[in-house]
Amino acid sequence: MKGGPEVVLRLAGISKRFGPLLANDDISLTLRAGEVLALLGENGAGKTTLMNILFGHYVADEGTIEAFGRPLPPGSPRAALEAGIGMVHQHFTLADNLSVLDNIAVGTESLWRWRSDRGAARRRLLDLSQRFGLEVRPDAPVGELSVGERQRAEILKALYRDARILILDEPTAVLTPQESAGLFETLRKLTADGLAVVFISHKMNEVFAASDTVAVLRAGKLVATHATASTDRAKLAELMVGRSVKPPAPAPLSPGEPVLELAGVTVASGHGRPLLDRVDLTVHRHQVVGIAGVSGNGQTALAELVSGLIRPDSGRLSLKGSVVEHGDPADMVRRGVARIPEDRHSAGLVGAMAVWENLIAERYHDSSFSRFGVLRRGAARAYAREVIEEFDVRCPGPDARTQLLSGGNMQKLILGRTLAHGPDLILASQPTRGLDIGAVSYVHSRLLDARAAGAGVLLISEDLDEILALADCVTVAYHGRLTPLLPHDRVSVSQLGLLMAGHWDVLRDILPETQLEHGDAA
Amino acid sequence: MDFLSTILDILLSAAFWTAVLRIATPYVLGTLGELVCERAGVLNLGIEGIMTLGAMAGWMAVYQGADLWTGVLAAAACGALLGLLHAALTVPLGLSQHVTGIGVTLLGTSLSYFVYRLVLPQASTPPTVEPFQPLALPGALAQTPLTYLAFLLVAVVAYVLYRTPVGLAVRMVGENPAAAEAQGLNVTAIRIGAVVAGSALMALAGAFLTLSAFNAFFFNMVNGRGWICIALVVFASWRPGKALLGALLFAVFDALQLRLQQASGGVLPYQLFLMMPYLLSILALVLVARRASYPRALMIPYRKGER
Repeated sequence: MKGGPEVVLRLAGISKRFGPLLANDDISLTLRAGEVLALLGENGAGKTTLMNILFGHYVADEGTIEAFGRPLPPGSPRAALEAGIGMVHQHFTLADNLSVLDNIAVGTESLWRWRSDRGAARRRLLDLSQRFGLEVRPDAPVGELSVGERQRAEILKALYRDARILILDEPTAVLTPQESAGLFETLRKLTADGLAVVFISHKMNEVFAASDTVAVLRAGKLVATHATASTDRAKLAELMVGRSVKPPAPAPLSPGEPVLELAGVTVASGHGRPLLDRVDLTVHRHQVVGIAGVSGNGQTALAELVSGLIRPDSGRLSLKGSVVEHGDPADMVRRGVARIPEDRHSAGLVGAMAVWENLIAERYHDSSFSRFGVLRRGAARAYAREVIEEFDVRCPGPDARTQLLSGGNMQKLILGRTLAHGPDLILASQPTRGLDIGAVSYVHSRLLDARAAGAGVLLISEDLDEILALADCVTVAYHGRLTPLLPHDRVSVSQLGLLMAGHWDVLRDILPETQLEHGDAA
Repeated sequence: MDFLSTILDILLSAAFWTAVLRIATPYVLGTLGELVCERAGVLNLGIEGIMTLGAMAGWMAVYQGADLWTGVLAAAACGALLGLLHAALTVPLGLSQHVTGIGVTLLGTSLSYFVYRLVLPQASTPPTVEPFQPLALPGALAQTPLTYLAFLLVAVVAYVLYRTPVGLAVRMVGENPAAAEAQGLNVTAIRIGAVVAGSALMALAGAFLTLSAFNAFFFNMVNGRGWICIALVVFASWRPGKALLGALLFAVFDALQLRLQQASGGVLPYQLFLMMPYLLSILALVLVARRASYPRALMIPYRKGER
């Protein structure tokens, strides 16, 4: 690469510890103008930490950073911005109640001016927006924007400050496949303009779609840097995980009797469009039904409905053939519903409580765990030890505080709590979000075991690869409506992407025999 | 119909509206001060103590021979100091804003009484000073300069919050401090600055009581006005213009109940009338504030680089 474009960024020997965890271990990287570098690695490999050090959110314990040939002072986002580094965080750093223009212009003027020059700011924003094809509405409050628009606003925020190096942290995690394609198009325009881009990802297809160079991180170490064209998926996956991985392979099973039936279920939202709109859905035993969709299209309401947290405003919910009139969470558990909640930290587990306490949280009233209103701690601990053993939860013991467990082990704990009792229906909301590949394949195999044992699985996921690998049938949620069930082998990722964006006319290609209801197709 | 005509008579008198503007003044100042703090993401329950200290310090400076405007400045400076204490504990140290605020209120009130007694150990009837006089203007416009200042400050705070870079920075740190930091702003400094400025405004509300509305410092003279301001901020959805409206509305209820008390001639217990402004405020709050979009980072301490 001698004599190539100018080196714009040089990281040398970066190390960072969080307590006992070595998050970054002696990492060195270079980035050239016009280059797209993909930083690939599992969750917890240290990708985000490295970029947060670069942008000044964290201070490295060791190592130096040089941008455009000059050393970058550590620990100062302001210095990074001034050096021409812009960062688009995974969780957008936008204020919902302020307008797009406010969010972009804040901090760009001296604080002590008597008047903000909004006119000039607006002209500059619209100019950039046009030049790079990043469409935004300057005066809309950020809270009203779609995820794609928010991301464009974030990128414009960096460009507005003359960023020449753009860092994107998991930029596609929240986008539909088509939106992702649009993002990669934008990245090409930016690099044609001489910008350098680093994007963090754990998805292989994106690396091949958008990057020139790929750097693989594993457990805090940089294990390899390759030109993207000279490598392949299998090799990268092995570098990322440290061993070879096999995709899940569900055995073909014929569906049994229905366990969950929704008929014309509507859940109002209190204002505007209902959260769920006349939804029909049936899940049979020995069947995984996948719900795809961009988050915020009714998946949360559906999960809450099946958990018993909310009730339908109209329509009928039946479990194992009997209509649920006044479901509440405890009732749903008694009826054989196992729940893997979307956010294991806030809705799944109580971090400050012990592992055994969390394990009996759904059935502490059972005579096996309490008698005359007094907990049988011995029995509960013994039960916890069994579950820990069976579900391979890595923890010091039943008395360990739950928040000290890793994400993967927390998820195993939840699996243990819900699957140990042979449920009839498993509601799995984003069951592998934020887990590393090892834990992901464990969760998948457990869900498939439960399917083989006779449970029906309702799998809500934003990861299309996961849905297509596990589900027997797929449906797409859009604006509170669900498409008819589509057999997993008759629909492609790009068709799902179109359905997720509301283009329901493709249903005619997938299911020629269905009659589309008027108004469904956007 | 007798009752309605009584109310109508009251509402049509200039003296009533003079009283409304006077009564509203401390609420306007206190609400503005609290609003500035909360817009930056810091709840300041020290308001009651800061108002008391402002009332005492302003009065004491004038009693010791300073002129009235120096007294006002002294009050603002003392308020700013207590605000700095609140900010130092809640912003860089990230302590609970509730607990710290209550502590600041207890400190502010007790310190005021303590200093007052230290200087005037013997006084049985509170000594008086010559307060601000109403300007020689007709009707309800005959107000003291501090009232005019308060109404002017509504426009100033609105302008600063919505039209200047520093106002945008304050709103940003109250909505999403991580985003503000990613834009190169110093979250800690901006939050401290907003709390100090807001507390100075609260102290002006106190100084109005001793240097304009009355001419002496009494124990318990702030009498819960600070707490009303906290509710008014919610009523106003954190907007200066609506804060003015809320303060005026409350003052109308208050002035009305005083006059109804006199008009009723002791038929009804006076406590019923005293309750009225508070009841109506709660009602207004329920009607207006249920959909208030509060600053998202309100009461959440910001710690840089936390995972």
